[in-house]
Amino acid sequence: MTVNGTKGLLLEEPLIFERSSPGRAGVEPASFDVPEADVEGIIPKDMLRDKIDGFPEVSEIDIARHYTRLSQWNFGVDSGFYPLGSCTMKYNPKINEEAARFAGFSMLHPYEPEELTQGALQLMHELEGYLAEISGMDAVTLQPSAGAHGELCGLLMISAYFKDRGRPRTKIIIPDTAHGTNPASSHLAGFKVVPVKSEGKGVLSLEAIKEVMDEEVAALMLTNPNTLGLFERNIKEISDFVHKKGGFVYCDGANLNALMGIIKLGELGVDVIQFNLHKTFSTPHGGGGPGSGPVGVKKALEPYLPVPRIKKVRAKYSLVFNRPKSIGRLKAFYGNFGIMVRAYSFIRRMGAEGLKKASETAILNANYIKERLRGTFHLPYDEPCMHECVFSDKYQLGSGISTMDIAKRLIDYGFHPPTVYFPLVVHGAIMIEPTETESLETLDKFIEAMKAIAEEAKTSPQLLKDAPTKTKVQRVDETRAAREPVLRWRKG
Amino acid sequence: MPYIPHTDNDAKYILKAVGAGSIDELLSALPAALRVKGRLDLPGSLSEQELKVLLKDLSSRNVTVGEYSSFLGAGAYNHYIPSIVDSLISRSEFYTSYTPYQPEISQGTLQAIFEYQTLVCQLTSMDVANASLYDGASAVAEAVLMARRITGKDGIILSAALHPEYRETVKTYLVGAGNHISEALYCTDAGTTLPEALERSLSDDTACVVVQHPNFFGSLEDLGSLSEAVHRKKALLIAVITEPVSLGLLKPPGALGCDIVVGENQSFGNPLSYGGPYLGFLATKTEFVRQMPGRLVGQTVDKNGNRAFCLTFSTREQHIRRERATSNICTNHGLCALAASIHMASLGEAGLRKLARLNFSKAEYLKEKLKGIGVPLAFKTQTFNEFTIRLDKDPEPVLKALLKKKIIGGLALNRFYPELKGHILITATEMNSKKEMDAFTDALSGILVPAVAK
Repeated sequence: MTVNGTKGLLLEEPLIFERSSPGRAGVEPASFDVPEADVEGIIPKDMLRDKIDGFPEVSEIDIARHYTRLSQWNFGVDSGFYPLGSCTMKYNPKINEEAARFAGFSMLHPYEPEELTQGALQLMHELEGYLAEISGMDAVTLQPSAGAHGELCGLLMISAYFKDRGRPRTKIIIPDTAHGTNPASSHLAGFKVVPVKSEGKGVLSLEAIKEVMDEEVAALMLTNPNTLGLFERNIKEISDFVHKKGGFVYCDGANLNALMGIIKLGELGVDVIQFNLHKTFSTPHGGGGPGSGPVGVKKALEPYLPVPRIKKVRAKYSLVFNRPKSIGRLKAFYGNFGIMVRAYSFIRRMGAEGLKKASETAILNANYIKERLRGTFHLPYDEPCMHECVFSDKYQLGSGISTMDIAKRLIDYGFHPPTVYFPLVVHGAIMIEPTETESLETLDKFIEAMKAIAEEAKTSPQLLKDAPTKTKVQRVDETRAAREPVLRWRKG
Repeated sequence: MPYIPHTDNDAKYILKAVGAGSIDELLSALPAALRVKGRLDLPGSLSEQELKVLLKDLSSRNVTVGEYSSFLGAGAYNHYIPSIVDSLISRSEFYTSYTPYQPEISQGTLQAIFEYQTLVCQLTSMDVANASLYDGASAVAEAVLMARRITGKDGIILSAALHPEYRETVKTYLVGAGNHISEALYCTDAGTTLPEALERSLSDDTACVVVQHPNFFGSLEDLGSLSEAVHRKKALLIAVITEPVSLGLLKPPGALGCDIVVGENQSFGNPLSYGGPYLGFLATKTEFVRQMPGRLVGQTVDKNGNRAFCLTFSTREQHIRRERATSNICTNHGLCALAASIHMASLGEAGLRKLARLNFSKAEYLKEKLKGIGVPLAFKTQTFNEFTIRLDKDPEPVLKALLKKKIIGGLALNRFYPELKGHILITATEMNSKKEMDAFTDALSGILVPAVAK
């Protein structure tokens, strides 16, 4: 296996502020076609600002080069394989990007009268319907901005449901494999978190839930497939039991990419789910957002959905604000519409069969990696996996090599590292999610690289300790960043 | 299938390699009886060409703020976006990457965020800013929770002249934490937060006071005086900026005693896009940094001593601290922040100052024109690029009549403030030409005058 990463001319680039030169300008605003108002005569002097200290003064070409060079220090899905577990780094189709930029979508003001935005409302209404169908839910809101925002939305609805009945409940059960956002969102929604352990085979057992489920518990919050990439095989029995005790089942939909057209969470007893459009539905991650986190619910929770709702009467769409039981709103306006356009575009391009194929292929690819790396890396849970698989560094620890070293060495081979040290239940976890958009050849190259690294770990571990060597910077001192915080540039 | 590279042979090869006869053998953990029978009830796959036609058609059923003259603002502003912004954020190394957890191959995103944090600090005159939040409304909710952590007190006072949807968002977020929210009335004459109302609401239990500047009616608030009253009660003053272009003209909140400055940065580089994705920002003083929500990028060095950047203070965050985190936020609005940075850098100091003066001048021009046709301003206080007018009748039919002339004449405020029966919030930016404003005033005059004559 040859190392994939090769030479490439990367240029040093200072901070934009360090490029500044007094009097230089980039893109000048339009000329005055009205008389320039006498600012100083109208606004009291003590309300006006003086210098914007340190604000950059650069030319347009400076800006073009600056950001182009920065982009070259980055690695994206378009650069190469990005098997970041639980993040679903699939290809981001270009038609989606183009469509979101159509003036008819991008130049709409949220307070335009409804008769001027019928196309946008139709798109949103149809997208709600598609997501409901995919998940087996009765109603969907598109308002939340991201997965964690969706979690908060769902949990607030559950809380409102119990308050509405005069019997507030105080606790949420969360498995030890959950994403950190689950407990954080539960806390924000006013709940106490009750942790529950997955059993030996990495999934929840009915017995474990029975032990902690009581009438103070508002909901069980699980992820299915869970973060070990395993399908929660007891989910139906567990849901039935939670329902019998009057609780709800919330499913974190971060891993929905495994289930489309195969099984509907609604059929398994799930009452609430958030969709991560930036994972399952191909919208780009943008180096940390924006995403979109719609929420689907069963009938019982429908009255509590955030406002506004979109109503269709005959062929006319409108926004409905008057919903007395609604939890209110989680942001201004209606959600991340630009992201909805991309997800809508993806669903229409894929169609029913395509979505099913996507999930099946994602599962195939993960199982392929799992099988091919079995024996080379330790498999803490050796079960057929869904769309991702989790290894650990157990076999390498003897050579003094840990997961972080393996991850950093993968960079030299031209791959983005998998998710590491998560889920927390696996010591030194290496969580690999290939997605459906990767070819057999790419998977094979990655597998070869992982095997080569395992070999290097035995024969020349220093290679891993020194990695990455081909990047703009080498291992970054994160401890120093926290100990001696420099969180902004200041004029020297 | 679109975007799936496997040939039938590839799929067969993989199945064989994993020792399964069919995909179903890999799905034995799924309850067979509950599997989807047949196919999902969704439309079939479209070719890219068909899809583009369909999307074009849907988009053409909307009317853009370019096709009609729009005088809408109220937290979402129509500004010119230089071509370089979209060109650079369309580089796929930026937009197809994830949150920069692996700093060695994410230096581009990390340096860009570090620069963004700095730009927000410069604009607001604060010490430190985070990488971004979802939008202005959720940023206010996060700021309020932060103020509670800092002060250890519960009471929240929201100015009634804070964007109504922001107030709703705060109330939604705070249900779990036991609310304790009160509102301070606005002065019906000045259109600003009433100092007496604020004094009445302030108590020793007040954690923070939230004031928007310019406020929802467009009026400038006297943050300096409010800050004194708030600090006397050892509470924090949170300033909310929904139109950051105003900071090219107005004294920054950091110079007026504000403790946390939050708001909406959509005005810089982000299209209206029917309300999102936008860009929440949050800036504060150094002493409060450990209580901030959201991602923070810090400067450090790599093992060779070269300048490098990485995410820092992660122990505040959900993936480490779980239920004790300062916020549940994970995915934020990174690419929107990049767009804002590029726009700000394109403007530069002189450009931003000019843009702010241009916006101010347009609004002043429109005010004068409206006064000229006998339409009074509702409030006395100075404004930036939006202001409130008062009709002596229901604004709805007036706005409808304007629509017939392809003019979106502003936002009727009675949907949020039932007492403001005839009030319309009007915004003018650099996108509104003199010609357009003249046509607006003429049309409005034509609609209003015959009614008066009758």
